Amino acid sequence: MDQPTDAGIPAEEPRDTPLRGEHEALGASFTDFGGWLMPVRYTSDLAEHHAVRQAAGLFDISHMGEILVEGGGAGAFLDHALAGAISAVPVGRAKYTMILAEDGGIVDDLIVYRLQDDEFLVIANAGNREVVARELTDRVAGFDATVEDQSDDYALIALQGPTAERILAETAGVVELSLPLPEIRNYAWGSVLFGGEPLLIARTGYTGEDGFELLVPVARAAELWRALLAAGEPHGLVPAGLAARDTLRLEAGMPLYGHELSRAIVPAQAGLGRVIPAGKTGFVGEAATEPRPDAPVLIGLTAEGRRAGRAGYGVFRGDDLVGEVTSGALSPTLGHPIAMAFVRPDAADAADLTIDVRGTRIPATVTALPFYRRNS
Amino acid sequence: MTDLTALKYTAEHEWVALEGDLATIGVTDFAADQLGDVVYVDLPAVGQTVTAGQVFGEIESTKSVSELYAPVDGEVVEVNADVDADPAQVNADAFAAWLIRVRVTGEPSGLLDRDAYVALTGGDA
Repeated sequence: MDQPTDAGIPAEEPRDTPLRGEHEALGASFTDFGGWLMPVRYTSDLAEHHAVRQAAGLFDISHMGEILVEGGGAGAFLDHALAGAISAVPVGRAKYTMILAEDGGIVDDLIVYRLQDDEFLVIANAGNREVVARELTDRVAGFDATVEDQSDDYALIALQGPTAERILAETAGVVELSLPLPEIRNYAWGSVLFGGEPLLIARTGYTGEDGFELLVPVARAAELWRALLAAGEPHGLVPAGLAARDTLRLEAGMPLYGHELSRAIVPAQAGLGRVIPAGKTGFVGEAATEPRPDAPVLIGLTAEGRRAGRAGYGVFRGDDLVGEVTSGALSPTLGHPIAMAFVRPDAADAADLTIDVRGTRIPATVTALPFYRRNS
Repeated sequence: MTDLTALKYTAEHEWVALEGDLATIGVTDFAADQLGDVVYVDLPAVGQTVTAGQVFGEIESTKSVSELYAPVDGEVVEVNADVDADPAQVNADAFAAWLIRVRVTGEPSGLLDRDAYVALTGGDA
């Protein structure tokens, strides 16, 4: 798995998630990602990828950060601290958003869940958890709100794929608490009881499939992991590692911090200008809305054959280097190479681009993202 | 089942089966496990020469690209078209999924025996 390039590679030993023992028992291979020792695959990353598209996969994403923001001014604070209109998110819903630097550069991309009127849960990327918690803490001065990094208290498990809802409904010990599962909409959350304790379950994910992300206290994480795997077995569920997660999110056109997103770019460059509502002012990173007509823009590229352009490979127009691939792979679902790349704006719709694959120029076709969209 | 002790190895995780002046070359199961699912192999054409210690091709998985190093000097006399068409065979059985056959010129040298290779990869013999 590629290491985010600008999230900083920690010098210390990578940390274990609460599910390390489960992964070892399942025969996982591990990789250091964002300072965490994470399962990269259990058996075959292709089989795990296909399982998520056709049935379901179970991912340990406990490396993600969970930061709780509470207080009467929490909504106003997050409107100030983040790119989105967070105070407008109804209780029970979630929103994809970003935290920006003063100059508009992307500090991290986030999902924010509104738990109560005055309570929000912010999910940050593993490699950015500390910087996000620090930035939020710095920005909260003057607001009636508190910021608490609760990442060490929770494991996060993602159940993704078309059979996810059925599996969750059949998982031993899981009892519907808020809405029935079918009524929890995409980008909404509800609760279930598991072993008598309420768990937050969100209909969100990073694979392009239907599915849930389950926030579980560390002490119950292994029990929930095993219960989900057992319930999922007849429905094609397999444990899936970061390798499959990366090809799934790439097919779904979803950015990965350190690849498509960084401090050096503003959201609009990544095609994500919509994270800032039109007319929003008075927030950290407002400079992101200034026009940048010469700034590189993110595009999707497809190619024929089986040789994939990969992160760092040059994108050429004739002999001119016009950009660089940020993520690329041979798409397991589509069977041809796909890539995302930042290119000069004048090359963003060029019909004559090539990717330099270790000395061989492979013709590449500009393609609207995502590469893959599920039938729903 | 391949007799792994009858094979020679390189530190770059190729295996080589020597029969007379014919060398059959592939990558080890250790390499296949490290790579993950192999999706593409780039192999030389029949008639090309390869040089011991030099790159003769590439092997790509979903996650990474690795170069293939020739264990011996010689001329490529056969390329495994089955693996070219279905690279997943490398993961299924790395010691059956040979990549190229080479007519060896000169005396092979610097190759590892099974014990030395296993020691290199930190495993148990």
